[in-house]
Amino acid sequence: FMQRGLDSQTKKQLEEEEKKIISEEHWYLDVPDLKEKESCIIEERSFVPCEDLVYGRMSFKGFNPEIEKLMIQMNSKCKEEEIEVDDKMEADVSDEEMARRYETLVGTIGKKFLRKRDQRVLEDDDEDDDVDEDRNSNIIPSKKAKKMFLKPQD
Amino acid sequence: MAAERGFAAEACVGQVVLPGDLLLLPASYGEDAEGERLRLSAGAAPAGRLLCGPGLRRSGAGLLVTKCGLLRHRPAGGGAYWVDSQQKRYVPVKGDHVIGIVTAKAGDVFKLDVGGSEPASLSYLAFEGATKRNRPNVQVGDLIYGQFLVANKDMEPEMVCIDSSGKSSGMGIIGQDGFLFKVSLGLIRKLLAPKSEIIQELSQLYPFELVLGMNGRIWVKAKTVQQTLVIVNILEACEYMTAEQRRQALAKLSGN
Repeated sequence: FMQRGLDSQTKKQLEEEEKKIISEEHWYLDVPDLKEKESCIIEERSFVPCEDLVYGRMSFKGFNPEIEKLMIQMNSKCKEEEIEVDDKMEADVSDEEMARRYETLVGTIGKKFLRKRDQRVLEDDDEDDDVDEDRNSNIIPSKKAKKMFLKPQD
Repeated sequence: MAAERGFAAEACVGQVVLPGDLLLLPASYGEDAEGERLRLSAGAAPAGRLLCGPGLRRSGAGLLVTKCGLLRHRPAGGGAYWVDSQQKRYVPVKGDHVIGIVTAKAGDVFKLDVGGSEPASLSYLAFEGATKRNRPNVQVGDLIYGQFLVANKDMEPEMVCIDSSGKSSGMGIIGQDGFLFKVSLGLIRKLLAPKSEIIQELSQLYPFELVLGMNGRIWVKAKTVQQTLVIVNILEACEYMTAEQRRQALAKLSGN
């Protein structure tokens, strides 16, 4: 019935005619659309949610330890009981001790990253610590002299 | 319009209702036509949807009773109404955990007797860790604890022994020894109630294991045959004993 040589116009005409025929034959309801009513009632045929029945497998006095574990698991799921694990873990170390350790920690790790010049200075420091305090004032300017930039003399 | 008037649902809680009674619910559960009342009434909006339990059907503005019994109500979680009735014959309900007896092995499917009108089917793949190569070891006459996947009046009931996450969580073949017996469905519900006195008192006696199926079947296993039989007798009798009589009987036993 579909001929190859058919012009596009005649094709369109044919299609339109087909549609007309079909739409007349199509049945439809004259009734206006019913509103979908959302009901707030759910029908349930089982007793379990109504009466909050517990899980049917039970064991007592350690007869079957796996089932006892299961009992605790299932019944706590149903009742959503307590025992929310504490979010904060109890600190093993007190805050003060933490602060102290941190201070010294910074020093020791800081030394690792010092440049060679500074490391030598530090070593002198350690040696000089044993020296009397009186000489401290003498020693300090010399260190300063070392650190300061010496302008090249023309 | 029905010839009989409906009663307010709240008024009938705890009373006997008969099939055919129409229970009216407060306007807040009504449909769109009464939606305006919903908005006007302050603070009376329901927290969630009302649960219409066994023995009741939804009909128009209210609930129609289909079984005779006591009307129960639970206000928590959106509210629930149901009829507490007594019966011995079990009707399979989707999601219920039951004890079934294997009666036949038909190829890849086991036929289980659950006490309903037809035998339920259980596929061999519905066990935890079962594959085509690794089949569960189920023989005719074994006891299986499982739940219903499909259970309506038009189709054959189907059971599975795993839950939705693929774990068995206690379901599957029930082990050797033990004693299976049948009680009425009302007693099972009493025993499965949270904090059931009977179960608490029995648990003080001696160690034992108990499996309760919603189809009225109970399986008990204790260390000796005598202890098992004692528990069976108590469970069967406690349906008609008052709390006092039960405690007396248990006291006698624990004294022995």
